[in-house]
Amino acid sequence: MLTIVPLIGAVVLAGLESQKKSLARGMALSFSFVSLLLALLLWKNFDITASGIQFMERHRWIPSIGVEYFVGVDGLGLLMVLLSAIVVPFALLASWGIGEKANAYFSLMLFLQAGLFGAFTALNFFHWFIFWEMGLVPAYFLIKLWGGPERVSAATQFFIYTLLGSVTMLLGFVAIYLAAGTFDFIQLAEKGRNGGLAALFAIKPGWPGVSSGAIALMVFLGVFLGFAVKVPLIPFHTWLPNAYTEAPTGVSMVLTGVMSKMGVYGFIRILMPLFPNQMRSVLTPLLWLAVATIVFSAFAAFAQRDLKRMIAYSSINHLGYCLLGIFATLKLTDQGAQWPIEKAAALNGVFLQMFNHGLSASALFCFLGFLEQRTGARGLNDFGGLRKVAPVFCGLMGISLFASLGLPGLNGFIGEFLIFKGAFPLASWAASLSVIGLLVTAIFLLTILQRVFSGPLEARWAGFADLNLKERMIVFPVIALIFVLGIFPQFILQFITPTVVNMVAQLVS
Amino acid sequence: MTGILHYLWLIPALPLLAAGILSLTRQPHRRFAATLAIGAMAVAFGLSLLAFFATLHPQGGIEAQHAVRNIPWFEFGATHLRIGWVLDPLTACMLVMVTFVGSLIFIYSVGYMAQDENFTRFFCFLSLFASAMLGLVIANSLLLFFMCWELVGLSSYLLIGFWYHKPSAAAAAKKAFIVTRIGDLGFFLGMLWLYAATGTLLFYDDGKGCLEAAAITKLVAQVTIGGMALSTIISLLIFCGAMGKSGQVPLHVWLPDAMEGPTPVSALIHAATMVAAGVFLVARVYPLMAGDASGASTNSSALTVVTWVGAITAVFAALVAVAQFDIKRILAYSTVSQLGYMMMGIGMGGYAVGMLHLITHAFFKALLFLGAGSVIHACHEEQDIRRMGGLQKHLPVTFATYAVGMMALSGVPLFFSSFWSKDEILHSALSWQPSRGPFYFGIAGAFLTAFYMTRQVWYVFFARKEPHISVPTAHASHPVPVEPHESPSIMTVPLIILAACAVLLSIIATPVWPWFHAYLSGHLEHLQVSFAISSQVLLTMLLSTCIVTAGISLAWWLYAVKPAQKGEEADALEKLQPDVFSLLRDKFLIDEIYEATAVRLNAVCARVSDWLDQFLWGGLIQAVSFLVLGLSWLNRLLDEFVVNLGFDKGCGSLRTSASILSHFQNGQVQRYLKVIGLAMSILALIFIWGRK
Amino acid sequence: MTPLHYYLIVSALLFAIGFAGALTRRNAILVLIGIELMLNAGNLNFIAFWRYGSHPEHHFTGLMFVIFSIAIAAAEAAVGLALIISIYRHYKTTNLDQVNSMQG
Repeated sequence: MLTIVPLIGAVVLAGLESQKKSLARGMALSFSFVSLLLALLLWKNFDITASGIQFMERHRWIPSIGVEYFVGVDGLGLLMVLLSAIVVPFALLASWGIGEKANAYFSLMLFLQAGLFGAFTALNFFHWFIFWEMGLVPAYFLIKLWGGPERVSAATQFFIYTLLGSVTMLLGFVAIYLAAGTFDFIQLAEKGRNGGLAALFAIKPGWPGVSSGAIALMVFLGVFLGFAVKVPLIPFHTWLPNAYTEAPTGVSMVLTGVMSKMGVYGFIRILMPLFPNQMRSVLTPLLWLAVATIVFSAFAAFAQRDLKRMIAYSSINHLGYCLLGIFATLKLTDQGAQWPIEKAAALNGVFLQMFNHGLSASALFCFLGFLEQRTGARGLNDFGGLRKVAPVFCGLMGISLFASLGLPGLNGFIGEFLIFKGAFPLASWAASLSVIGLLVTAIFLLTILQRVFSGPLEARWAGFADLNLKERMIVFPVIALIFVLGIFPQFILQFITPTVVNMVAQLVS
Repeated sequence: MTGILHYLWLIPALPLLAAGILSLTRQPHRRFAATLAIGAMAVAFGLSLLAFFATLHPQGGIEAQHAVRNIPWFEFGATHLRIGWVLDPLTACMLVMVTFVGSLIFIYSVGYMAQDENFTRFFCFLSLFASAMLGLVIANSLLLFFMCWELVGLSSYLLIGFWYHKPSAAAAAKKAFIVTRIGDLGFFLGMLWLYAATGTLLFYDDGKGCLEAAAITKLVAQVTIGGMALSTIISLLIFCGAMGKSGQVPLHVWLPDAMEGPTPVSALIHAATMVAAGVFLVARVYPLMAGDASGASTNSSALTVVTWVGAITAVFAALVAVAQFDIKRILAYSTVSQLGYMMMGIGMGGYAVGMLHLITHAFFKALLFLGAGSVIHACHEEQDIRRMGGLQKHLPVTFATYAVGMMALSGVPLFFSSFWSKDEILHSALSWQPSRGPFYFGIAGAFLTAFYMTRQVWYVFFARKEPHISVPTAHASHPVPVEPHESPSIMTVPLIILAACAVLLSIIATPVWPWFHAYLSGHLEHLQVSFAISSQVLLTMLLSTCIVTAGISLAWWLYAVKPAQKGEEADALEKLQPDVFSLLRDKFLIDEIYEATAVRLNAVCARVSDWLDQFLWGGLIQAVSFLVLGLSWLNRLLDEFVVNLGFDKGCGSLRTSASILSHFQNGQVQRYLKVIGLAMSILALIFIWGRK
Repeated sequence: MTPLHYYLIVSALLFAIGFAGALTRRNAILVLIGIELMLNAGNLNFIAFWRYGSHPEHHFTGLMFVIFSIAIAAAEAAVGLALIISIYRHYKTTNLDQVNSMQG
């Protein structure tokens, strides 16, 4: 139901005449608000004490190959659905100024939203994969048609890169299907947990002469690649700065706010339950990759001179913490000490960080969009002293920068604290090294504040307008959420905790 | 005690609320802003006093010393994370100090910032600052402590960079935040480790807290990297945070630069809030540092490190202060030096010693900064002491209070507070077992303190020359000399109050010291006024008196008595030892060293990462894409010249043959008939002759 | 009674005439007439073989053939003429060389 609303909206909008710009905007917005409403309804009816999947809905689709329309959400899925339902209207509002082919733009945005909803609720691989790809295609066109000067190459790189990941993932799943005979996540997770999945590869050996463990590992790596590209994990990240930088503001917001979460979501929903043993066998390199992602991307952000690129790199950095948390929870501890509290802390932190990063990063991109819209510039050194003419702009953007920096009282802190709290005892060295990332993040975010807002006001920006009422209304809800989550994280944690407890119980058993 | 405990959270919440309201207030509402902020602080002060009196009459034994109230904040997994607040003597006396000094600074700011266009914003940030500090003081959880700690960092960032249009202010603000954050990383890791090891971050929790006997014993027993006890390494990591916040060498570099902020901010940072936070942190986790839950002073390796860092800082900063010319920078280095003393005191004599100095220091340092602010205000934002002089005529009130502050800081005997608190530190240094070193460091620091304060006062108030104060005016191209003027009473009254306190505290401090010590360490039985002083204490007192006298008289002799200063810019010391002086003036080149190492390292790392990104990872992608392009080119060649060629040939021949065949099918029935007839006649002939 | 081969010779001549007409004429009606001649040559053969076969009074096979053949020839002539008329209406000619739009 949730998926259908934006889909209908997208189809209707695609049929509109291209002249009716304001109509297209209004309709897109109302469709996205309807889906927000639906998401909130879902949240309201969600039973926060139950740990399993809720609102399950199941229809036969292509029975001969085990394909079903099978949806449902647990705490994680609900969180992600809420996030997409919040970020998409926010992005639509931020891209209010899109002039040419507005109906196509807004229609593609709604398609994107439908893809996101579908991917976060699907419980059958095939069904899930369709929506996963459905998110990719509109994003490609949105970058390619409405992006910056380098948009064509950025869009192509983005598309091919992610598609490559998707292809290896698809191959992996075909192999799983051949072995297990089902696409159902729940059944597969059952098999993955008790090690049956690897054994199944022995029953139906695809390649003679290769052990079943090796096949399982290869399948794992194929699926892993798909998610690693999407998150992204260094060294599969090079598409991201280009794509985020060239994409129009609204699209950058959705890309960083929600689409990057699809990768992390995949890690939690698919890789962790299906391949725990395979992941454990390559855990050390994975941890190092996560640390490299955190540290390198922070330093790389510091080296950038384009504000959008800086925020893009900081986005990689923040998702690196998520991966650190995920990998740390997989650490196999001996039977005596299972560290369930630490694992729960890390997973809770990961969920929270996903949501928080979605909010603060999309807010930052929104502010950069305003900045670019007003001045046409977005270089780090192009500005100076803007605080004098635009105090409200500076204050609100400062809040989102500090949120992204992990200042206590704003939303970023609790997530990072919980991740580190969990990761430190489980993977001490990795966590200790990642702390460098926190420092460098502070350095470059403060550099942004300093260069853009402080110092003497440049004469050419004397006419810089502060946020007008409409723009304030756009960013206000997100800023308010940033505060609320920073002070009352329980607000989110209450409905993800049962899910986390369930996951941890499965991990340690 | 329990009554006030329930409402303890109001103390930080009130300024926070004020800050929240003020952040939404428009600039013109100045009176409202000032009233709200000061009112919130005043109420907080009242509550703090209540809390203080409540702690004077504890019920029960030692455990009841720490009245706590813990509330669940959020849950994760199967557990709750709890935060809470604690009311114990340490908290109570700190609360009183912060709210009292804070209120005075707030009042002073009304006068100092009267002309500033961002007046309401200033009070918003000040309130936030105070609230974060108060939250830190009452925190009963290391996590809550850390959060408030970071908020203190944030508000110091906002306030130091308050005059954001000055690039130097913006840079100083950033530097303050980042340098303290370097220390905070250690704090963060220490906190994580502590959490991992004890499973709680609450300080006191009915015997389950991390500062209570069970946890400490467990931590001391565990041995980790390098053979150190777990408690030692966690303490040291946490101490990193304290070093950053309290400006201990080598993380002191931000403190002098923080002078870029408005003077009340400097006063707030240096006296009541930010730097005190580091010392307070060490005092708060003292049981962990000492490895002993009872809080008695012991020698642990963590405390030894604290002592030495403090001792080195005390002397180092005092040396640098001797050669500075900026009135606020001298005070800044003196703060660093005094913080060193506090750390030393905590390290050697238990936290009561350090806390006593912290509190006395807060009063006279606030006094000195506000006095300096008054001087700067009077001289129209001039901060170079060489360009002042003879101001005691123009600024009588400021001069008098400043002199009190100076003597208090130098430790002039008997009637000035620092004498007693510093003496206590020196006394514990004398009896410190591991080494005599800190004692000599302390003596040297005391001498230098007396010296540079005398030098400064002489320069500012006595130098026999007319002040060169001038302000550029809009009309004249030449700056016009103007007469310095005394500050308005809203600024001088807080000065007088603080000066009175600085003297008063000394009168109270002397006989009260044993009581204060007992009060803080929780062994309070009843108030005993005793003047009994051991011979060792007497010896230290005599010694420090001599030192202070020597320092003051040497400075006086060098600057005032020795003639031939007129019109010369060169400092008396500079003439004696130019090389040493310039090294000191350049602050031992620490900033330059950091510029060449840490900052450069950061830049190099950034460049390397960027390069990796562009060339290695990007290059790999490029290589792959070239490979794909090459393959597709090859494929096209194959297609065009092998597959297509053969196929074209086949098609061509087929078409030719088809065109030949198509002649037979021309649609003319008669032609078909001819063929049929021909065939039939041939058939007939075959039948006829074939039969035979 | 005249011997059988007289009839056969007449029939062969008739066929040859018809065939020659069908081949050489360009007018569709004349081609049709040629075809009718060939058909009737066949009919003459049927009659002749029936009459000179054994027991012509009992077996009427040949006769029946001829009667059917004549009936079909009439129908065929009607259809053929109708076609020719419609071709004429369309092309304004009955010359077969010009009616070659179905040429391959």
